Amino acid sequence: MSTKVKKMLFILSKATIENAYAAFVMANGARMEGIESEIFFTFFGLEAIQKKKLEHLKVATVGNPGMHIPTMIGGLPGMEALATKMMKKEMEKLDMPPVDEFLEILSDSGCKLWACKLAVDMFHLEREDLIDDLDGILTIGDFYSRADQEGCQLLFI
Amino acid sequence: MKKFIANTEIDVNDEGYLTDFTQWNKDIGNELAKEQEIEMTDKHWEVIDYIHDKYKKEEPLSIRGIKKSGVINIKEFYALFPAGPLKKATLIAGIPKPKSCI
Repeated sequence: MSTKVKKMLFILSKATIENAYAAFVMANGARMEGIESEIFFTFFGLEAIQKKKLEHLKVATVGNPGMHIPTMIGGLPGMEALATKMMKKEMEKLDMPPVDEFLEILSDSGCKLWACKLAVDMFHLEREDLIDDLDGILTIGDFYSRADQEGCQLLFI
Repeated sequence: MKKFIANTEIDVNDEGYLTDFTQWNKDIGNELAKEQEIEMTDKHWEVIDYIHDKYKKEEPLSIRGIKKSGVINIKEFYALFPAGPLKKATLIAGIPKPKSCI
């Protein structure tokens, strides 16, 4: 039996830019290696595919020890925006696309993008609030059925 | 290691990438493509020309770069070089495999 990874499924549940990019880079990396990939956006992860919000994802400056900023300072007004600006600058240097362009690249690369039905209902969102490249709104059961094959890995972010 | 292809001896690494670009020619590119089950068309060669141009300018290749290239869009790129397009296109072009994660 071949053990090669054939498909990577990602569940993005958070709205921070570092989590969204983790999902995007891994999903794109899979496609670049000839591996199928799909992302299921749920709960706060939905922010990454909402037309009005996707440009405004932020780095978490509170409760994020990796930032090396004391929590109280991280909570000051403007800190999140500053940290996000700095991170975006670094990402641009590495030629990492902004969120909207990254989603377009993923879709064009054949990565399927799904919104979680329960979360869409919970946040009172409509289809038109979400990006045009979205492949659809699924229940978790629908999403599991897409994992029903050999060589498939599922990752929660 | 040595590899004999298109009546020429070339040096390749263990993944099959040419280690010396000066050994590359279009016939070799064609044969390498056949090994990847790709039949080269004019559009394929346009992409290879773009890749060579980037390589000569020492500019890194990325999928975003392909998008901006004006030569091809990402959907077409995946259609022309299925299952790992940048990996396959660079192999056919006779240049090293891109090291970028994006």
